[in-house]
Amino acid sequence: MAVPAIAAQTSSQRLLASTRRFSRWLTSTRVVLSLAMLAVMFVMVVIPLYKLVEITVTWQAHDLTRVPTAVEGEFTTFHWVRMLTGIIGKIYTYTPLQHSMTIAVGSTLLALVIGGSLAWLVVRTDMPGRKLVNQLAVLPYIMPSWTLAQAWLVFFKNRTTGGTPGVFEFLVGQAPPSWLSYGPVPIIICSALHYYTFFFLFVSAALISIDSNLEEAGDLMGASRWRILRKITMPLVLPAILSGVIMTFSKVMGTFGGPNILGLPIRYYTLATMIRGSLAAGEGGDAFVLAIVLILLAITTIYINQRLVGTRRSYETIGGRGFVAQASKLGKYKRAFQIAVIIFQILVIAVPIGLLLWNTLMLIDGNYSLSNFTLQHWIGAANTHYNSGEPGVLLNPKIWQTAWNSIKLSLFTAFFTALLGIILGYAIVKGRGTRLSKLVEQLAYIPYVIPGIAFGAVYIAMFARKLGPIPPLYGTFALLVIVSVSKHLPYSSRSGVSAMMQVGHELEEAGMVAGANVWQRFSRIIFPLTKSGFMSGFLMTFITTMRELSLIILLVTPATQLLASQTMFYTENGDAQMANVVILILIAIVVAGNFIIGRFSRGGSLRKGLGM
Amino acid sequence: MSTTITIKHLSKHFGTVVALDDVSLVIEPETFVTLLGPSGCGKTTLLRCVAGLEDPDGGEIYVGNKLVFSHPQGISLPPGQRELGLVFQNYALWPHMKVDKNITFALEIQKMPKVEMQKRVKESLQEVQMEGYEDRYPREMSGGQQQRIALARMLAYRPKVFLMDEPLSNLDARLRMDMRVELKRLHHISGATTIYVTHDQVEALTMSTTIAVMKEGRLQQFDTPDKIYHFPSNLFVADFIGNPKVNLLDGVVSGKNSVDLGKFKIPINTSYATGKVVVGIRPEDITIFERPEPGAVEFSAYSVLPAGADSTIIARLGEMELTIRVMGISKIRMDEKIWLKFDPQTLNLYDKESGLLIAS
Ligand SMILES: Nc1ncnc2c1ncn2[C@@H]1O[C@H](COP(=O)(O)OP(=O)(O)O)[C@@H](O)[C@H]1O
Ligand SMILES: [Mg+2]
Repeated sequence: MAVPAIAAQTSSQRLLASTRRFSRWLTSTRVVLSLAMLAVMFVMVVIPLYKLVEITVTWQAHDLTRVPTAVEGEFTTFHWVRMLTGIIGKIYTYTPLQHSMTIAVGSTLLALVIGGSLAWLVVRTDMPGRKLVNQLAVLPYIMPSWTLAQAWLVFFKNRTTGGTPGVFEFLVGQAPPSWLSYGPVPIIICSALHYYTFFFLFVSAALISIDSNLEEAGDLMGASRWRILRKITMPLVLPAILSGVIMTFSKVMGTFGGPNILGLPIRYYTLATMIRGSLAAGEGGDAFVLAIVLILLAITTIYINQRLVGTRRSYETIGGRGFVAQASKLGKYKRAFQIAVIIFQILVIAVPIGLLLWNTLMLIDGNYSLSNFTLQHWIGAANTHYNSGEPGVLLNPKIWQTAWNSIKLSLFTAFFTALLGIILGYAIVKGRGTRLSKLVEQLAYIPYVIPGIAFGAVYIAMFARKLGPIPPLYGTFALLVIVSVSKHLPYSSRSGVSAMMQVGHELEEAGMVAGANVWQRFSRIIFPLTKSGFMSGFLMTFITTMRELSLIILLVTPATQLLASQTMFYTENGDAQMANVVILILIAIVVAGNFIIGRFSRGGSLRKGLGM
Repeated sequence: MSTTITIKHLSKHFGTVVALDDVSLVIEPETFVTLLGPSGCGKTTLLRCVAGLEDPDGGEIYVGNKLVFSHPQGISLPPGQRELGLVFQNYALWPHMKVDKNITFALEIQKMPKVEMQKRVKESLQEVQMEGYEDRYPREMSGGQQQRIALARMLAYRPKVFLMDEPLSNLDARLRMDMRVELKRLHHISGATTIYVTHDQVEALTMSTTIAVMKEGRLQQFDTPDKIYHFPSNLFVADFIGNPKVNLLDGVVSGKNSVDLGKFKIPINTSYATGKVVVGIRPEDITIFERPEPGAVEFSAYSVLPAGADSTIIARLGEMELTIRVMGISKIRMDEKIWLKFDPQTLNLYDKESGLLIAS
């Protein structure tokens, strides 16, 4: 039974052996997929980022007219010095930065108060109707982020910037003060009412996960309520709050719609709106400096979060565990709380939609008499008096084209996001613990830290000109698909990994032992077991792409117009009612999509898709 | 079917964890070999290396005459080409396929004709006594039934070698006993060379032709159950095998043919041993007398634990504690004096330093 020794090897045999091992490694499915993904992400993320930085530190063609000594393509600190010093630095960088910070901090605090209170009421009290409140609480987030801003304008606008009176003026008989109509106050309120959902979801998950036994144990030991709150509840809820702070903060920093609608009329610029302004003025170098500033800010906040909370895991919420049995008794205030919450939800959901709808039914904006009632903006024929001579939205071939663009973009994006999700999930999960797998996962995470508008800027930097074998894609539909798919990479990777993790590795291994090749294992085992996850991911991506604005606003052209950006152009063009019709259509599509997702995944996927 | 499996100098590490350390085994055709050892000793890793689901860092594996893995030559055949069947610890039945699809999956890949496939499904379900379950999904069956289907799935494509990773560990005690009977018969009938992983020494002893005891990635002993039980090659194996556990007593070889255990001396029939040793005595190899007997040592009965067919008695003498097993229900009462006699034939002597068996 003695085991014979293995024959000694010559050096050429050893070389042959390592060559075989290497080629086996190189041709293994996960390595092939990982390398393919690395290549894709290199082109879609790494090179564009590099180009963005490069443009800010080299002379651009239009600098030549300004600075005689400039040599196009040579290194220069010109853009950075210009944007960070002196009066230009103040106007173009520091003031917008300060504005961005103001609205980010303000919205975050307000969102925390709203989301935290709602979460507490829903999870930990005996308030009647909690289930319904829970379901409605995420609706404002599902609607396009600038819906509220648009509705705000309908209600609160004044005539400082010319134009027509708002509902407020009609009701009160006096125009609202400008600080209430435009600028930081309304921007903060509208953003907070959209992004409080992060806090709501994170905090309720944390509250649910607190083992109520833990608190009961504290109770039994005679700890005071305050002590329980401080020692047990807070340490568990704090990480959730921190995650919410970071998410809200970095989202608001990069948000475009609200500040554009409510800030621009009084020239209240944020970094996001300034980036677009500079680009529109042909100042690419300046815009890209601002984009880099925005990216660095986002990275800093996320870095701080990771130091404070630990891993990215903190973003994930736990769903489906039901409410805690032990509820705080609200006693005689029960009704009062319930009524307050109902009013709140009517104010942030029904009223804005109602205002927008009402607004679209007025022939002349600002004329509140019944005789002014019309369907012109919906189904009216073209008339030079209204809307720059465009027919009503539903009869408007331009809008049909735009809607079709949006749907096409959302479908393509959802498809490629799901496809990349499958590939990334497989590559990352099968390689768990290897450096290659970590590299793929980290690269896929990068777009997460780049605010939407900056990401759009990155793509302009990359694709405005021909680059090696890549043609100039600016102005093409393909570019919109690429940018949307890239921005969704973190979501692809996260949902792909979680779907793949659910399929125990033994299930695929059993297929290997049975002799199935990669394709057979994939099509007959892995795909059937993950398809429902990918299906809800597909729908999720569809609706997030549908209502995405910051990402694509810099990249659309008349030929590739989308519903989201079209609302913005209508508003800027003074055709607010047309904008509102389009927003209402967008809301209808998005809410319907969300309803379908709910059917598919019992409400789990919004939590997974957060922040994309 | 008669396939030898030869494992040569296999090693495998995960990061800094050494899961297999120079393991060599020759598994004879048609034998039922058990890999036995505590959790984390590398049993699953070894099985997965044989199956081709894990690439070792060194060594070679032959299945029959086929070299399926060789580190020095850089060869590693994919699992599907190794002609072996594997039953996973958690069964790994495909949850989205009904029983018949689970069973025919491998056959479809081999492009077997439909009629033949249906015959195979029937046969293999018969072999595990699960006829009539073709249309169930895995989740519609109990753990024990899923276990049988996992077996049927492996049997259906008639692999030359069966690999099983703790297939019974998720079943309750009663079912486990039934399945042992079935598995042993299955092996008897098919004659397929089988490698079976378990951490349950009773299972290993009852099922195996040969047992490979492992510890921390190393092979400790590779022998028949009889040899493993009666002549454990080191203290680890001695201690791991047997229930109740073997008595291990520190002693010094004193003069010729006796070991001084401190309180008393016991005779040994070997002259190889010297110096400090550990004496291993199985509980059933100690004879109890209820009155003084020449050559017997006086202990007191610390505890008496009758268990129907046999009884376990814990005897004490000062600090020294011995476990004794007798047949039937013992009539000895607690704290009674008893006299113990040791048979030199049944003792095993281990070197205190190395823990290796010196003489038996
Ligand atoms: N994929 C893996 N990655 C890292 N460590 C592993 C992996 N598989 C096994 N190990 C480690 O290798 C050792 C042996 O594991 P295993 O073969 O599963 O033991 P057993 O089956 O005997 O319980 C353990 O320490 C285990 O933690
Ligand atoms: Mg194991």
